Order: sequence, then structure tokens, then C-alpha cells
Amino acid sequence: MAIVFQKPASLTDAPLHYCPGCTHGIIHRLVAEAIDGLDAQGSTVGVAPVGCAVFAYNYFNTDMIEAPHGRAPAVATGVKRVCPQNLVFTYQGDGDLAAIGTAETVHAASRGENITIIFVNNAIYGMTGGQMAPTSLPGQVTQTSPYGRDVKTAGHPIRVCEMLATLSGTAYAERVAVDSVPNIRKAGKAIRKAFELQKQGAGFTIVEVLSTCPTNWGLNPVESLEWVRTDMMPYYPLGVYKDITAGEGTK
Amino acid sequence: MRVLMKGNEALAEAAVRAGCRHFFGYPITPQTELAAYMAKRLPKIDGVFLQAESEIAAINMVLGAAAAGARVMTSSSSPGISLKTEGISYIAGSDLPALIINVQRGGPGLGGIQPSQADYWQATKAPGHGDLHILVFAPNSVQEMVDTVQNAFDLADEYRMPAMILADGMLGQMMEPVTLPDEGEIQLPQKPWATNGHGGNRPRNIANSLYIEAAELEHLVRERFARYAEIEQKHVQVEQIGVDDADFVVVAYGATARVCQAAVRAARAKGIKAGLLRPITLWPFPTQAIAEAANHVQAFLTVEMSMGQMVDDVRLAVNGKVPVAFYGRTGGIIPTPQEVLEQIEKIAEGGQA
Repeated sequence: MAIVFQKPASLTDAPLHYCPGCTHGIIHRLVAEAIDGLDAQGSTVGVAPVGCAVFAYNYFNTDMIEAPHGRAPAVATGVKRVCPQNLVFTYQGDGDLAAIGTAETVHAASRGENITIIFVNNAIYGMTGGQMAPTSLPGQVTQTSPYGRDVKTAGHPIRVCEMLATLSGTAYAERVAVDSVPNIRKAGKAIRKAFELQKQGAGFTIVEVLSTCPTNWGLNPVESLEWVRTDMMPYYPLGVYKDITAGEGTK
Repeated sequence: MRVLMKGNEALAEAAVRAGCRHFFGYPITPQTELAAYMAKRLPKIDGVFLQAESEIAAINMVLGAAAAGARVMTSSSSPGISLKTEGISYIAGSDLPALIINVQRGGPGLGGIQPSQADYWQATKAPGHGDLHILVFAPNSVQEMVDTVQNAFDLADEYRMPAMILADGMLGQMMEPVTLPDEGEIQLPQKPWATNGHGGNRPRNIANSLYIEAAELEHLVRERFARYAEIEQKHVQVEQIGVDDADFVVVAYGATARVCQAAVRAARAKGIKAGLLRPITLWPFPTQAIAEAANHVQAFLTVEMSMGQMVDDVRLAVNGKVPVAFYGRTGGIIPTPQEVLEQIEKIAEGGQA
């Protein structure tokens, strides 16, 4: 009997710990499918963040490192400089990447470090119980912005792809979402493309994935997907922000 | 062949000859020459020199390179080492080997740029958060720094833990003749635990310091401490000069020990039976050697370029058997042999130093 559908080899059998309705699981699968698609399971080293995806080392069926909070791009740099032939990726949330790890992220990009960052943006700190993230939207109510994020005192959310697209070392930056089947397909293609560019030695690649946090947003899974579309996408437009293979630089 | 080298550069060349091909650092005085030497040397031998955006990034690059199986190092000075403590804790918690060099300067805060030994507590008691030790070596000459580098790398590999060479601005900046190890192929140990791609040939490897189950974490920490106990049995290094028949023993390490050696010699010339006990490893600390000396000496004098940090460990080792006095200069001031001699004389006369 022909197998028409199966779990990617680059995912382990460990049950995911993510909350119901959270889209981390979909993103994990897309990353694993991209690794399998490049036949790279044996040559991949992944770097897990601190945050909801801290246990990613239990899920990706590749060699894995668990990095200190925000330092995944530096850890990945160390790995890549020792093993340039390996596929090296980090999997980071918004607090990890765009708050505590901003310097590591920006400088990995500016060096054109030949690694791929999978950046999961759900506009909140999930693991610690729903605090304001660097990507929380203006007016967004969180545990630490209980009256809504006031940009006058709490600053403005950071648009990561737009920022990194300005750096010469960035080869590819695309923002995708996993709120619908067509978008999930596009997200899978973006991750695959980032990995392929890394294999070609193109430089720094990042795929930002808009994700959900039903638990801390206080919405059910369906409402959460809707909130991605109605609230997140207007502030974080989907699209390719940089692609050196497309000729012209930034969008 | 003996060559004249600055301490910082000798440390770098010794690392290269010990097989180190990966260096990640961030500029800071007074270790500058070490990184500059690596920047010149490593690209010529297919190595990697990377100037990171911060000490925090540099130590995490070390973590990644160590996890990938490389013989890897970083160097810095006191304020920079503070920034590295997070990474050092993770490297220790992930059972990874790496070499960290601290060319100490005066503190706290930005402190100064003159020599100091005020990071003893940090290096030996709290090199990072959590239950952990790192190997800490305190050479006292450019030659001994060279000799220590390979040993530090080897022990770090053997016990899968970070090692630190605790130098100071004086040792880093001074020039002395040294004999370097031969430049040849170094046989580095196999690292079957490295996260460098399993290639389908082995189970996947994970470098990690997170253990949510308290019992599992306790078990792992205890396993690590069993390794530490073995190191305390097997790898203490100490130099003793004239301690056997001494009435008064000076305890000092690093550059300060050289000052004290001159003072001890001067005291002997004056008829005072003084000796010098010099810890070469600060962790593991030569507790046993000090405890044995405490059985026959009348008093100890600990001398440091700090307000008194190692003296805590000397007192623990002496365990109240005889008095332990302290003399220190800090902020970048190096004690003179004359100052130390006066302290020895005071103690010999029965007064308090």
C-alpha cells in the first residue's frame, strides 16, 4: 500500500507540550518537512530558545542545543563556524529574539552569518504567563500592560523582518503566517527556501511566522486565528522583505 | 628555542599549539594583544577568529563551537568576564569543555586597567549561577602560562567542563623568554557527544542544561560533583618553596607570588625562617598542602592584589590551628617585596600583620 502521508522523519515521537490551539506544532512540522525535503536530517543542528519552544530539542529529531535566553544566534554562529557544511537553524520566539537577544540577532544578520532563524512571533511572552512582548501590539492587554500597551511609555512594537532587511548581510527575510491552509503552504515554502539559500552559502536567512497564543490572548483557537488576520497582519504585513535571489534588495 | 614574548601573545600561541582553532572575543584592556594575535594567526591556519558584538555573544559562540566539538576559547578581563558568567554557567550545565582567560584588572565596576586579583571569588566561588565549579589555573610567569594552556584544554576535555586561566594585567603585559611547545599535529580527543550532525550514524546528541524534573537535575548535579571530587583528588597543583622547615609561610598566587618569593628570600637572609606556598590551581585549591603546613608553622600570611579573597580558603584550610594574617593592595597597585617583607617581620616579631 502506498504511503500518502506520514510524520516527518525530522520530528521525534515525543508528544508536544504546546497549549491547545497554539500553532507552534504546525511550525515545527513545517521546519521538519523542510529538513526532510533537503535530506538534511543527519547534517542539521538546531538551536532551541528560552520560552515556549525551550523543549524544541525534544521534538526535532536532529542534533540540538538549548541556548541561553536570546543567545541562540550566537550559539548557532559557534556551531556554523566549526561545521560550515551543516544546516544550522535557530527556533526563537519574540521575547527571545526581539528583546533580550536583539543584539545577537542583528549582528548575526549583519555578519551575513550563514544560518537560518525561524522566528515565531505571537506578540506575547507565552511561557512565563502572558507578559508584554517587544512585538505586542499598541493597545494590547497583557499581564504587564494591563491597561493596554501604551506606546508613549512602553514603546512601539518592533517589525523584525523590516529591520533586518536593511542589513547587507541578510540574504532572505520573509514574514509568513500559519492561519490558513494556503498560508501554511506558503510558510513551508519560505522555510524551505531559507534552508536552500543557507545550503548555497547565501548568508543570513530569517522566516518570521505569525503565530497564536490562545491561552494568553484569552481567545479560543478559532478567534485566535482570526486575531492574527484582523490585528497582527495589518501591523506585520506578510511578504518577502528581502531576497537576494530576486535581484533588487528590499521591498 | 627560547623566544621573548609578551604574556598575552604567549597565551595565544600556546593555545594555537594546543590545537585551538576557534577564538571568539570582544575587545577589552588589558587582554588586547591576545585577541589581536589570534586575529592575525588563526586565519592563516584555517582557523576562525571572530570579534563578537559583546562578551555575552562571544561566550555563547564558544558554547556553540564547544557543543560542535571544537577546542575553543575566549579571553577577556574582569568587567567582560562578568558578562560571560551567564554563558559559563550554561557551558558547565551542558557539560561542555572550553577555555576562558581572565587577564584581571582592578574593580568593581569599570574599575581600572592596572593589574588586580580581585576576581578570585568570582572565579572560584561563583563563576556563574548554580551549583558548579570550573577549573581555575593561576600561573605566575609567561612560561607557566604557556605550559598551563594545553593542560587546561586537556582537563576541560577530560572532565567536560570549562577551564579558566586567571592571569592579571601584569602577567599579560610583561615580556619573558619562553619555550613554546612544538608546532605539530595535536591529537585531540574524540567527542562522541558533539552536536555536529548525526549523519544517520548515531543517536542524535543534545547539549542542554534544562532539567524540569527536580530529581533528575539533582542527580545530574551530583554526578558532576563526583567528577569535581575526582579532580580535587588528582589535579591540585601547588609550588612550595622552603615550606618544610618554615616558621612562617606566605601564601600567594600569580604575579603576587613572585613579589612574595623575593620577600621570602629577603626574610631568610635576615634569619627569619619564611617559606612560600603558591597555589597553581585555585580550584581545586591546595587545601591539603596548607593543612599539612599548618601542623608545623607558627603563622601564615596571605598576600593578594585584592582586599582579601583567597585568604578565606587559606583560613578554611588552616582551620584555626595557627593565625592567618592578610596583606593586600588593590585598585591596580602591586605590592612591593619590601612591603611584604615588613609584614613577614611583623608576624615574626609576634605582632599582627
